[in-house]
Amino acid sequence: MQKPKVHIDKDKVVIHIRNLVKSFGDLHVLRGIDLDLYNRENLVVLGRSGTGKSVLIKIISGLLKPDSGLVNVLGEEVPLLNTRDLDKLRLKIGFSFQNSALYDSMTIRKNLEFPLVRNLRNLTRKEINRSVEQVLDAVGLLHTINQMPAELSGGQRKRVGIARTLILRPEIMLYDEPTAGLDPITCIDINNLINEVQQRYNTSSIIITHDLACAKQTGDRIVMLLDGQFKRQGSFEEVFDTDDERVKTFYDYNFLNQ
Amino acid sequence: MNAGKSPVDNEEADKPVLTRRLDNMFFTLYDVSNFVVRFFKEAFSPPIEFKETVRQCYQVGYRSLGLITLTGFITGMVFTKQSRPSLEDFGATSWLPSLISIAIVRALAPLVTALIAAGKVGSNIGAELGSMRVTEQIDAMEVSATNPFKFLVVTRVLATTFTIPILAMYTGFVGLMGSYLNVHQNEETSLATFFEGAFESISFLDLFSSLIKAILFGFTIGMVGCYQGYNSSKGTEGVGRAANAAVVIAMFLIFIEETIVVQIVAALR
Ligand SMILES: Nc1ncnc2c1ncn2[C@@H]1O[C@H](COP(=O)(O)OP(=O)(O)O)[C@@H](O)[C@H]1O
Ligand SMILES: [Mg+2]
Repeated sequence: MQKPKVHIDKDKVVIHIRNLVKSFGDLHVLRGIDLDLYNRENLVVLGRSGTGKSVLIKIISGLLKPDSGLVNVLGEEVPLLNTRDLDKLRLKIGFSFQNSALYDSMTIRKNLEFPLVRNLRNLTRKEINRSVEQVLDAVGLLHTINQMPAELSGGQRKRVGIARTLILRPEIMLYDEPTAGLDPITCIDINNLINEVQQRYNTSSIIITHDLACAKQTGDRIVMLLDGQFKRQGSFEEVFDTDDERVKTFYDYNFLNQ
Repeated sequence: MNAGKSPVDNEEADKPVLTRRLDNMFFTLYDVSNFVVRFFKEAFSPPIEFKETVRQCYQVGYRSLGLITLTGFITGMVFTKQSRPSLEDFGATSWLPSLISIAIVRALAPLVTALIAAGKVGSNIGAELGSMRVTEQIDAMEVSATNPFKFLVVTRVLATTFTIPILAMYTGFVGLMGSYLNVHQNEETSLATFFEGAFESISFLDLFSSLIKAILFGFTIGMVGCYQGYNSSKGTEGVGRAANAAVVIAMFLIFIEETIVVQIVAALR
């Protein structure tokens, strides 16, 4: 399925990163990342596993601190924020984790309620229920509302995870390997959901993946992370129109695997 | 721009200050003390997670109650049965209630409770937080603007610290009932006489030091379980290791604390 056209507002930058560096001891993971995410854009970050893709979005959401560099999200300097302001900013960022990170001990309903009741304390029970049902319906899983996460399939868990982040109406979505570990048909469903979210909720997104089908289907723009830096960027065709052996290997390997 | 490896950095980082083992030990000690300090800081700063703490208290009690009842009762009964012959030699079986109650109140009740709770509750906390760490549930909490340390760690440590003393009192009671069963079978003592004998020999200091011990044990179980789980390494084997370490380390510390408190109380007596 072709990606529907979305109007991207290039005058408004929602995430602005300059010369971001991050190491763990001797392991130099990010070595000078520059990135601008435009309003309403789906940006795909491609890279092999272990290249630091997750580290990048964890820095954006303040879960990890960078060693140096500028990380500006919605006008806020993330590494410099105190806990309170960081929490305020986090309400505007939805984070979809690689393995969904649903709370095992809670029902789907409680999972979805969690960010709501913890952050908007003056909501009535009725308002909470309505929000939960609405957002769960948006991902097509209203019937699972009273089930436990363990009873759901991988694709369903992914959808619930995305629903849980949508409940606070974020302006930015960060997807960590949204299609990893899913069968090809479920992958297509998730990719469609990502595009739907972009349109319905007017989100700007960073989608991290090593799955080229996902990149092609969801990305308005693609960057490729190699050796801790963004080496190639542009449309899907532009990124892979190169003689760089590693980029070509990445491409070949992906389609051999399908 | 180039943040490549510098050879000087590598050498410095590789060279241990003392031996590698000692370095690691001091690093862990430092890490643990930070964790404990953070607990006290966050426990006493608002907002307080009252509802979740109560839920955790219930969990601690619910998980260990059955096993504690059984173990406490059998401990009291067997201990009485085994102590009888040596008292019978002196014709002093009427001392049994006071002997047993001293043993139960001073030592057995807090210790048995703590060891069982370390096995049932401590391992559970280690495994639960460990798997939450590994599957990024703790990160998910943090990005939805909830302080996971407060919500997960503070509530659990408070729960064990508060609930285990109550369970220890209960264990003491059940243990005495077990003991009474044995005494009653042999000497046909009435319940009232039994408890009169039992309480006669117990001082305020006994009760107080036992309570302090139980609080200490409870705090230790919660803290060790949370530390292990919260800092669990990635991968499923990390969860198993966290659960296992939670039990082993907690039991080890419980015996050390027992020894120290006994010394202090002996000095006070
Ligand atoms: N908290 C951490 N502590 C130490 N090393 C880490 C940490 N997080 C990630 N790493 C390391 O950084 C590298 C990049 O990790 P990650 O961003 O998860 O890769 P991926 O691109 O597959 O998402 C890996 O080698 C990983 O081991
Ligand atoms: Mg990753």
